Amino acid sequence: MNTTLKTVVALAATASALNAAELSGKITVKGTPPPAKPIPQVKADQNCGKNRTEDAMTRTWVVGADNGLANVVVYIKTGLEGKTFTPPAEEPLIDQTGCMYEPYVSAVMVGQTFQIRNSDALMHNVNATPKINKGFNFAQATAGQVNKKTFDKPEMGAKFVCNVHPWMIAYVSVLENPFFAVSDKDGKFVIKGELPDGKYTLAAFHQKGGEVTQDIEVKGGKATASLAIEVKQ
Amino acid sequence: MLICIGGLVTSKGVGMAVPDWPTSYGYNMFALPVSTWLTGGVFDEHTHRLWATVVGTLVVAQTRWLGGVSSRRWLAWIAGVEIVGGRLLLGLGPDWKGAGHFLAGIGGVVALAALVWFKNPAARGGLPGLGWLAFGLVQLQGLLGGLRVVLDKQVVADTTLGTVFGLIHGCLGQSFFVLLCGIALCLSRLWNEDTGRRPTLGSLRWLLPLATVAVFGQLLLGALMRHQHAGLAIQDFPTAYGGLWPATDPAALERYNQLRTDEVTVTAFQIQLQMFHRLGAVVVTALVGACFWATRSSATDPMIRRGVSLWAVLLLLQIGLGSATIWTGKAADVATAHVAIGALLLATGTLITMISRRQAVPFTGNLSAAPTSARLWAGSVPS
Repeated sequence: MNTTLKTVVALAATASALNAAELSGKITVKGTPPPAKPIPQVKADQNCGKNRTEDAMTRTWVVGADNGLANVVVYIKTGLEGKTFTPPAEEPLIDQTGCMYEPYVSAVMVGQTFQIRNSDALMHNVNATPKINKGFNFAQATAGQVNKKTFDKPEMGAKFVCNVHPWMIAYVSVLENPFFAVSDKDGKFVIKGELPDGKYTLAAFHQKGGEVTQDIEVKGGKATASLAIEVKQ
Repeated sequence: MLICIGGLVTSKGVGMAVPDWPTSYGYNMFALPVSTWLTGGVFDEHTHRLWATVVGTLVVAQTRWLGGVSSRRWLAWIAGVEIVGGRLLLGLGPDWKGAGHFLAGIGGVVALAALVWFKNPAARGGLPGLGWLAFGLVQLQGLLGGLRVVLDKQVVADTTLGTVFGLIHGCLGQSFFVLLCGIALCLSRLWNEDTGRRPTLGSLRWLLPLATVAVFGQLLLGALMRHQHAGLAIQDFPTAYGGLWPATDPAALERYNQLRTDEVTVTAFQIQLQMFHRLGAVVVTALVGACFWATRSSATDPMIRRGVSLWAVLLLLQIGLGSATIWTGKAADVATAHVAIGALLLATGTLITMISRRQAVPFTGNLSAAPTSARLWAGSVPS
């Protein structure tokens, strides 16, 4: 019995490995985005400014090494029509720490549970104002409080704001499939999952820069892509 | 004061810092812990609510005073309905607990006014009616402020009801302020004593109300901008995106939004709204300037001349504040001062218009020959 079970598990693992794919690449910015500006209200606030020595900065355009652009949602836009996916069990975290949302940009799948936590020893309210999904607004009065939420419709860049500290803003994109990632500080991204070989359209969405797409082909579970988001001058 | 605090709430974007109403974070609004009250934007929003209750209470007292002893019966009826209504809401379940206590609380304040036994006579003419109008409006205004919070997530035609109710709340607040100023004028010696002067109004007869209406229209445009948080849809002044009239095609909008470092995505409508607000400022300036010019005639009553001069000074200050709102990146205190001076401009225009009409009416007690507007407001003419 044990032997049979082990065999089944081994076969399943092999099949899974066969489908495991890795899409990687980099998002760059073309042109000159406006520089980040300080948000003086953070330091000026009697509670939020207590442990802060430097100004918080705007994060609309975060450009890293070699023009790599951070906070870009990269996802498979077409090529998976007709397929259904189970939302990942992992629960991404949107944290409120130092009177800022971390991360600034995140992505979840439709139906995927995500957590919102208050790590500050002061009160925040979480006012989600999506345009397609149903919004919510609740308070997190104490440090460590966690609330869990889901969105049930695809939507790019649903805005979250804390009205108690109105400079606190985050964006959550809700996607139809589990093949997505958010670019890091250098613009790099990696999408992992059981994505069959084939042709797809990869999209990169930036809150200010908009969306660009690129046709890709996954071969042997691998694909790379480089997309550039242009700043119109 | 209430307009200033409300202006700060909108300027800072903290209208939803207290997510519930009429409770505040689940508490009776008078029992909110001080530590919570003093947290960030909660301070502005909750102070606005508390100050509104002070104004509401004063308006109830004003209604009883203007209505005289005969108003007690009506106040008692209204109090009874509100208290019973509040009790009924409490019976609907825990979700209605806050609303029930709130309505019953208002009823309690009205009941206290009904209990005032002092047998004062009603004010003359239309003033008791204006008192009742203020009584109704202040409660409507409170309800609109509450619905702005409660219905914030409801979307109709791509607009949240919170934005719609916030806009109406802002405009009604200005109108309510003007109504109170009008009542105060009608109760003043200035209104009730015959100066013996019968000034010739000339073009001021139509210029004054026209300019006042223009100021009100300008306030509506401003409120529409503010409640869309589009006050900075254009970030330069006197130019607009470097030109005289900015392009609003999709490519231009994409460029504007990409180059903003704030978290706002402006639309063509919002840009055009600000341009019309700028044009409105030109129209208002021209009309108030024409009023000022008209007062240079020797036949103009000195009081009207002084009033129009004050109006012109306020307008210059307002233009400066409007420009500074853009140059400071919509600093909350500057933007709020712009709102407050806007309210003063509207009130000043209304009062000057009223005074000009009042002085044109002979103080004989026979108002049948007077203009309708003067008859309405001449309630406290001594017989």
